[in-house]
Amino acid sequence: MKRSPITQRFAVALVAAGLTLSACSSSTGDAGGTTADGTFAVWDPYPQFDGGSQWAKVIENCGTQAGVKVERQAYDTSDLTNKVLLAAQQGVAPNVLVVDNPVVSTLAEAGVLKANQDTGLDASKASPNLVTAAESDGKTYGVPIGANTLALYYNKAVLTAAGVDPASIKDWASLDAALAKVAAAGKKGITFSAIGTEEGTFQFLPWFWGAGAQLTDLSSPQAVAAVELWKSWLDKGYAPNSVIGNTQTTSWQEFATGEYAFAENGTWQLGNAKKAGFEYGVIPIPSRTGGVAPAPTGGEFVTVPAQDDKDSEATAAKIANCLTSPDTVLATDTALTYVSAVASVQDQQVAAQPELQVWVDAVKSAKGRTGDNLGTRYPRISQPLWTAVQAALTASKAPADALKDAQAAAASAK
Amino acid sequence: MRKNLVGWAFLTPIVAYLLLSYAYPLVTTIDLSIRDYTVRSFVRGGAPLTGLTNYVTVFADPTFRTALLNTVLFTVVSLVFQYGIGLAMALFFSRSFRLSATLRALFLVPWLLPLIVSASTWAWMLNSEAGVVNAVLGAVGIDKVNWLTSPDWSLASVTIANIWIGIPFNLVVLYSGLQNIPTEVHEASALDGASSWQSFWNITFPLLRPVSTITLLLGLVYTLKVFDIIWIMTRGGPSGSSTTLATWSYELGFGNTLPRFGPSAAVGNVLILLALLAGLVYVRVQRNQEAS
Repeated sequence: MKRSPITQRFAVALVAAGLTLSACSSSTGDAGGTTADGTFAVWDPYPQFDGGSQWAKVIENCGTQAGVKVERQAYDTSDLTNKVLLAAQQGVAPNVLVVDNPVVSTLAEAGVLKANQDTGLDASKASPNLVTAAESDGKTYGVPIGANTLALYYNKAVLTAAGVDPASIKDWASLDAALAKVAAAGKKGITFSAIGTEEGTFQFLPWFWGAGAQLTDLSSPQAVAAVELWKSWLDKGYAPNSVIGNTQTTSWQEFATGEYAFAENGTWQLGNAKKAGFEYGVIPIPSRTGGVAPAPTGGEFVTVPAQDDKDSEATAAKIANCLTSPDTVLATDTALTYVSAVASVQDQQVAAQPELQVWVDAVKSAKGRTGDNLGTRYPRISQPLWTAVQAALTASKAPADALKDAQAAAASAK
Repeated sequence: MRKNLVGWAFLTPIVAYLLLSYAYPLVTTIDLSIRDYTVRSFVRGGAPLTGLTNYVTVFADPTFRTALLNTVLFTVVSLVFQYGIGLAMALFFSRSFRLSATLRALFLVPWLLPLIVSASTWAWMLNSEAGVVNAVLGAVGIDKVNWLTSPDWSLASVTIANIWIGIPFNLVVLYSGLQNIPTEVHEASALDGASSWQSFWNITFPLLRPVSTITLLLGLVYTLKVFDIIWIMTRGGPSGSSTTLATWSYELGFGNTLPRFGPSAAVGNVLILLALLAGLVYVRVQRNQEAS
């Protein structure tokens, strides 16, 4: 058989493609970890900040102070956990890793992260209620770079038209009464996110904890009360049915239509709230019997992944300390619209922007999801919980039955 | 001898390609599914061999029955409608009237759109509060349907979206199959006085059978592993009502901050087995066709 020149060329091209591929993979292998020329890799979940941003400059300065050159890589936050696990498996974990707080305990359990006690990373300036998210068996893995949490945004015009004074909302009963008035005035009551992912549990926790329930007992009467509260809002038409599929972004879009009185959403929507085109206000989420309900903390931790070279871990800790030090973190938290984890910086933030006071208060009473030494048990509790909330809201199970099943599933996962 | 060596040299790229992109991932998935991986052993290595424990866990999970049933329903209903509508349209376009080429090109749009775009558009159209579908239903006096947020409707909604996406593929393949049927056969049957229904049922359909089987088999493999549409539209919910094996496998492995690689890989392998079974059935059908 005679081969045409085309097939030959094609074969050569295939071989060449194969070689290029292998060349690529060996060069990306050096992306993480300390490279031969002493560059330090910093990974973060802030792709919204480009190379010219304040955050990129902060990283560069901190590297210079520690006497090394840093190379920053930004990933999408949902992508980062898997990227880090794979990099650690290949021995090319980054030197400094900024990662979402509930993931810290998973990475610590995997042995990817070094404890602060071993590297000289210092979390003493950060509020203890925020640091608990990274505590596991008496050790702490990382320092919070800032925090966000949930509160209730309200639409001033809708509340005024319905004759509701937001200051009167102190507990579930007064919130219910407010929602009834709004519904009577022909407007929509409240929107939130009850989607079947971690986001759904995140949004449910202020009501769950606000009822006095604990993550170690999903079927307690308090937990049932929290699910029944949400369900009653759907049944009475205070909340739209779409909350079952809402992410926090789509829930915000509903609120931004101006039809809704309340939206449960986070600190990160403040920028959008100013652009919404109507007057808004923020109140803390009330607990069942009065007072501010503990909301879950969001926000990232700066951590130091384990390396073969101990000296590089110490240098990485210096960079991480610099990134979270009160002098540098104010600019970062402002750019992220986060509340700082450091009390003195929180005061500076409130002095500059008085409307942040309610968020600072919310962060002060917030709780880490992986706290109470739950650590890697949390994901195994959170999943049955969001499933139960969805089952109750869609009326496929009664709230008490759904939560009983959830508790059984969470307990069987150890 | 030298000729053999040259032969092997030319085979190397394809063999390397097959090993790298087929054999290696397949072996890795099987390995993942028969070990007890925790996040620690995933990073540090040394996960103990546990045989079929992950499979037992998966089969015993109540989600397995729902996911399997949903996968079968989703696949069968999708295939029936995709094939039926695709065939009807192919017959329609094979008459080649004016503008038929342009119209046919327009029907390809669903296929050309990125899945994230079409799935997000469907999710937006079917939204229970602000969706255009409920607005239209409301205009003719029908109560709103919670397409994506009711356990009774979520699977139907994602199936409808998937049918819409799959029609162009069926249309294109069946259309080209129709072009290959010689016109003389139809002319002869017309001369013998066959009605158009008889002509379709006794001539077109049997002659189209080889093309139909391959279309259905390819459709089956595509549909079994559909993930994006369901994940974007419902995340497999509410509370698992639109979970299929594909979304469940993803959920176990990546849907949660604590990945469960073992069970996730086990579900993935069950899916591969299902597709393989379908392939074997196809080979057998084809052999019978050739024999007859």
